[in-house]
Amino acid sequence: MSDVLLQVRELKKYFPVRGGLFRRTQAQVRAVDGVDLELQAGQTYGLVGESGCGKSTLGRAILRLHDPTGGQVLLDGTDITQLDRQALMPYRRRMQMIFQDPYASLSPRRTVAQTLREPLDLHRIGTPAERDERVRELLDVVGMGPRALNRYPHEFSGGQRQRIGIARALALDPSLIVADEPVSALDVSVQSQVLNLVADLQRERGISFLFIAHDLAVIQHVSNVVGVMYLGKIVESGSASAVYRGPKHPYTKALMSAIPVPDPTRGRSRIVLEGDVPSPRNPPPGCPFHPRCPQAMDRCRSEVPVLKRPAGAETGHVVSCHLYD
Amino acid sequence: MTEPLLRVRDLAVEFDTEQGVVRAVDGVSFDIYPEETVGLVGESGCGKTVTGLSLLGLIPQPPGRIAGGSIEFGGRDLVQTSEDEMREIRGSDISMIFQEPMTALNPVFTIGTQMVDVLRLHKPLSAAQARREAIDMLGHVGIPAPARRIEEYPHQLSGGQRQRVMIAMALSCGPKLLVADEPTTALDVTTQAQVLEQINKLQEEFRMAVILVTHDLGVVAETCRRAMVMYCGKIVETAPIEELFARPRHPYTMGLLNSIPRIHEQRPERLPVIPGRVPDLLHLPPGCRFAARCERVLDRCRAEQPELSGRDSAAACFNPEPA
Ligand SMILES: Nc1ncnc2c1ncn2[C@@H]1O[C@H](COP(=O)(O)OP(=O)(O)OP(=O)(O)O)[C@@H](O)[C@H]1O
Ligand code: SF4
Ligand SMILES: [Mg+2]
Repeated sequence: MSDVLLQVRELKKYFPVRGGLFRRTQAQVRAVDGVDLELQAGQTYGLVGESGCGKSTLGRAILRLHDPTGGQVLLDGTDITQLDRQALMPYRRRMQMIFQDPYASLSPRRTVAQTLREPLDLHRIGTPAERDERVRELLDVVGMGPRALNRYPHEFSGGQRQRIGIARALALDPSLIVADEPVSALDVSVQSQVLNLVADLQRERGISFLFIAHDLAVIQHVSNVVGVMYLGKIVESGSASAVYRGPKHPYTKALMSAIPVPDPTRGRSRIVLEGDVPSPRNPPPGCPFHPRCPQAMDRCRSEVPVLKRPAGAETGHVVSCHLYD
Repeated sequence: MTEPLLRVRDLAVEFDTEQGVVRAVDGVSFDIYPEETVGLVGESGCGKTVTGLSLLGLIPQPPGRIAGGSIEFGGRDLVQTSEDEMREIRGSDISMIFQEPMTALNPVFTIGTQMVDVLRLHKPLSAAQARREAIDMLGHVGIPAPARRIEEYPHQLSGGQRQRVMIAMALSCGPKLLVADEPTTALDVTTQAQVLEQINKLQEEFRMAVILVTHDLGVVAETCRRAMVMYCGKIVETAPIEELFARPRHPYTMGLLNSIPRIHEQRPERLPVIPGRVPDLLHLPPGCRFAARCERVLDRCRAEQPELSGRDSAAACFNPEPA
């Protein structure tokens, strides 16, 4: 159980904001600002947060689709942030990505067979005949028949396109898949089909997922471990059962209470947060959440809280909030 | 008993496409009573927005047209009303807000200019009076420092604030009916909670009826009194929400409710799913449109189309779930 596949340490990704006469760098957007996380082999880490909080940037920095500004990403103990292109190749194979928009992520001019064969050809996996066989098998894994092979993306529904995207990510037998909002664009009845597929792949093939979503209910269905992100930082993380049973951070609590519940008989006291998420270009001093926090105290405005295990919380459940100091 | 504010009968809307004529809304009937909030729910492509647009005479023509039916409102049939008269009605009697407020706001004018224009189009106000009303209205929808905000351009506002501005504009002439099309879908959950609360508050304050178009049954449960479920261009079930959520009668409603991921104490191993997919509007089956995905299907369902009969609660189904 304690086979650590992925370790992220103090990961940072800043984007320069240019402006002025000479387009000099005037500021930094701290999209990811010092993130630590750990993912065991065969488990799913659910990363949740609102738009602009840095979820996608974090996912991309882990895959080195962005070069990180600082920190380490260890895959099976090797820091891949330091590898050159050549040395990175074998690691690239082991890490794949699934995107939010199944429309944009598939080439409209390629048939499904061509799309699925591409990574196999690129990495010269097996003989051509074996590659064809593998393509069929991949379609089968995601629940689509061989009839799909010679068709183009526009001939499929959103849910089917997402399955094709998943099949492509599986082509090279990855150990880690970063799935960035893979079901957000799908209708509920299709969304549940895709979520079940992700759960099956994790269970049957031992693939680890970093599953990014803004929907806490979706995250609960697939995750073993959960991290809540706000303004470039993880503000709470722990086992899914601990976080969902006893959320600690006021932001996590507000997120949970904001979800509309499909049960009209359930009376509820909702925590409605004031204001919007501040810009990561200009993060507030102290606790990044203090301007919206219903429980903010004086020290929250000046002192930055760090992730700590609150008294009584289970091992691994950590929160960055002064309420628990 | 009060008279309905809006009475829609057998509404049909068609679009010409390269592959043929698509009937996006096919024989939809419903009533909306004054001051009620009604949810119109369903998955993408089922005809929710088209239904909403037809109420305001906003179906783009060509390629679309209202192919049949009537929309009774304020003693006349909006299907037969001229575009000039519809322009009068839009904004003053019936308003609509959309998912992406940025597309509905003009980026080159300030919020104030746009609001003053709308107000003066419908009311005999001086520019100064209209401006005062606009500021008042912005304050009403929860925009802080409205007198300053009114000078800003749409891009200077956050998504949640833009949606509030849209709501302020839509309500500025006191409409009797507001059609809100996925007003919070583009927003984050915490902002969505703010905006929904605002819509609920304004609905009471302005005593208007609201048709809330959404794909999110959670949103419906929390804001509506009654809901209509659409599938493939038809309303398949309508009921007061307590009833709809506690005892859905249509197998599609049942499937939809079951497949929503919810936060559970103990998470289930698998999410229930509705097998298969929504049929293509160009190749609809002869009988019930849900038949191919339905667990309760009978022979009859494949041959005949079930009708929605009944007033307050009804399901268009030959073999409904037991009550
Ligand atoms: N290439 C870039 N240049 C400048 N800023 C960027 C760039 N990419 C991302 N950002 C900024 O970084 C922040 C985080 O972006 P990111 O896309 O990672 O957020 P997210 O949480 O995934 O958002 P969403 O849920 O909307 O996709 C945002 O403020 C965004 O504007
Ligand atoms: S009419 Fe028949 S097929 Fe259609 S929903 Fe009812 S039982 Fe299912
Ligand atoms: Mg993102």
